[in-house]
Amino acid sequence: MERQNPVFTAFVYAAALLLAAIILTPILWLFVMSISSAADLSTKPLNWWPNEIDLSRYRLLLSTIENSTGAAFTASLFNSLKVAGMATLAAIAVAIPAAWAVSRTSNVSWSLYAVIATYMLPPVALAVPLYMGLAYLGLLNSVFGLALVYLTILAPFTTWLLKSGFDSIPKEIESAAMIDGARLDQILRLITLPLAAPVMATSALFAFLLAWDEFFYALLFTSDLRAKTLTVAISDLAGGRVSDYGLIATAGVLAALPPVLIGLVMQRALISGLTSGGVKG
Amino acid sequence: MSGTWITTRAWLLMLPLLVVMIAVIGWPLIDTVRLSFTDARLVGTEGTFVGLANYAKMLGGSNFLRAFVTTTWFAVVSVTAEMVLGVLAALLLNQQFRGRTALRALMILPWALPTVVNATLWRLIYNPEYGALNAALTQIGLIDSYRSWLGEPGSALTALIIADCWKNFPLVALIALAALQAVPRDITAASLVDGAGPLNRFRYVIMPYLAGPLLVALVLRTIEAFKVFDLIWVMTRGGPANSTRTLSILVYQEAFSFQRAGSGASLALIVTLLVTVLAVAYAAMVRKAAGAS
Repeated sequence: MERQNPVFTAFVYAAALLLAAIILTPILWLFVMSISSAADLSTKPLNWWPNEIDLSRYRLLLSTIENSTGAAFTASLFNSLKVAGMATLAAIAVAIPAAWAVSRTSNVSWSLYAVIATYMLPPVALAVPLYMGLAYLGLLNSVFGLALVYLTILAPFTTWLLKSGFDSIPKEIESAAMIDGARLDQILRLITLPLAAPVMATSALFAFLLAWDEFFYALLFTSDLRAKTLTVAISDLAGGRVSDYGLIATAGVLAALPPVLIGLVMQRALISGLTSGGVKG
Repeated sequence: MSGTWITTRAWLLMLPLLVVMIAVIGWPLIDTVRLSFTDARLVGTEGTFVGLANYAKMLGGSNFLRAFVTTTWFAVVSVTAEMVLGVLAALLLNQQFRGRTALRALMILPWALPTVVNATLWRLIYNPEYGALNAALTQIGLIDSYRSWLGEPGSALTALIIADCWKNFPLVALIALAALQAVPRDITAASLVDGAGPLNRFRYVIMPYLAGPLLVALVLRTIEAFKVFDLIWVMTRGGPANSTRTLSILVYQEAFSFQRAGSGASLALIVTLLVTVLAVAYAAMVRKAAGAS
């Protein structure tokens, strides 16, 4: 504000410190737990900083020795990557033509609202038939089955984001190319899609994060290392008989790392996505 | 090119999406409706037609009402707190101070943290034996002995609401901040010259810019909060003594733990109906607000 009253300035700095502390304390504590020894985490009064830094859990979780905790964790990590990757690619592939068509043809745009409306559906409304359907197809506990189910979330979401991306590319560029005799596939391939590359990349990253974050369907439709995702593995650790809280924290840090890095790098895109109301909370 | 061909072409381009949507959303939704009128089990029996029996059973039982109240309380309290904290944080971040850009970047962190990781983190913080909250409160002297925050029916829901708020208020703050930055500088300057106090300035100068984006955030957050599952499942599984059992948890238990697909489906549709009513009511509010400004 224009007023530079010293009391007001002091208040602003105090409030900023408080806000930073509220945001950072839980995250820092998760990290501190991951590098503290089990003894440091179970003393009273609690050691807020480890006596010595213990990185053994990171080695343990990322090891691939058969039948170890690490093997289970890395398997779930790869399952998450596979499921999120496949679902994102499939969602983008069906969303691109649909989003372009809706963006350029105003009399079919109502169909987009129907698609977006499905986004409000609680997953429990679809879960029982999806379970029975996957069982029928033999796709329970399979990364393919889970990726297919994730299209319920990712397909409407990416279509919505891509449609607003195509809206911001002027129609006139396409019309000009058409007058010059270019065919539709040439126009899309040589003009529109290259121009839309940034928004396609952003949409793909957000879709990937959504799939990475998903828990409900993964809990229902996967049961062992063949398909269990990271979120289910972490929930198992947190709810199981693991006595080392540091191990649970380490798994959390590792699972949070990719989305946190993406979030920090993509701040700009994220904030512009938020203002257009296009990003799920 | 003729208009008919353009429309046909649009439908052809949308075909892959529509096929996918019908396969993974349309068909399951219709099948949920069909199942809700049967006594089908999740595995094994196909079930027979039982009319509205499932609905009567679900709506008549005390579980539904209690879960509805729990869900509503969770949604109303956490979303209200997120809105208030979010706007306060946004007003702060809209001031000029050193470190502002870094603080704004930090706000991304809780949003980016996966929901399950957030739930796990808070579960560890609330841990009854070694949790950081117990340790901190004891060391400050606010409590004498460690408490089981998630294990006592009196505190579990509040503990969940705090965990939900921490993750989601920064998102509201970023939305509100973007709206605040759209307020033209000369208008705030003019209101200062005219001698408007901070409260009047907020009410009459800033609020009109904030209302639209905040309403959208309110809609999305309320619907999300009403559907809450992940956070509660990881932290309490609906316990202790069902004090944190929300509607989604109840549907999960009915359809998957007890494998009663029929009654689970009817309950799921009741929840869907409630969310739809919420969404439609809000959509009307947003349209009205958009018309007013």
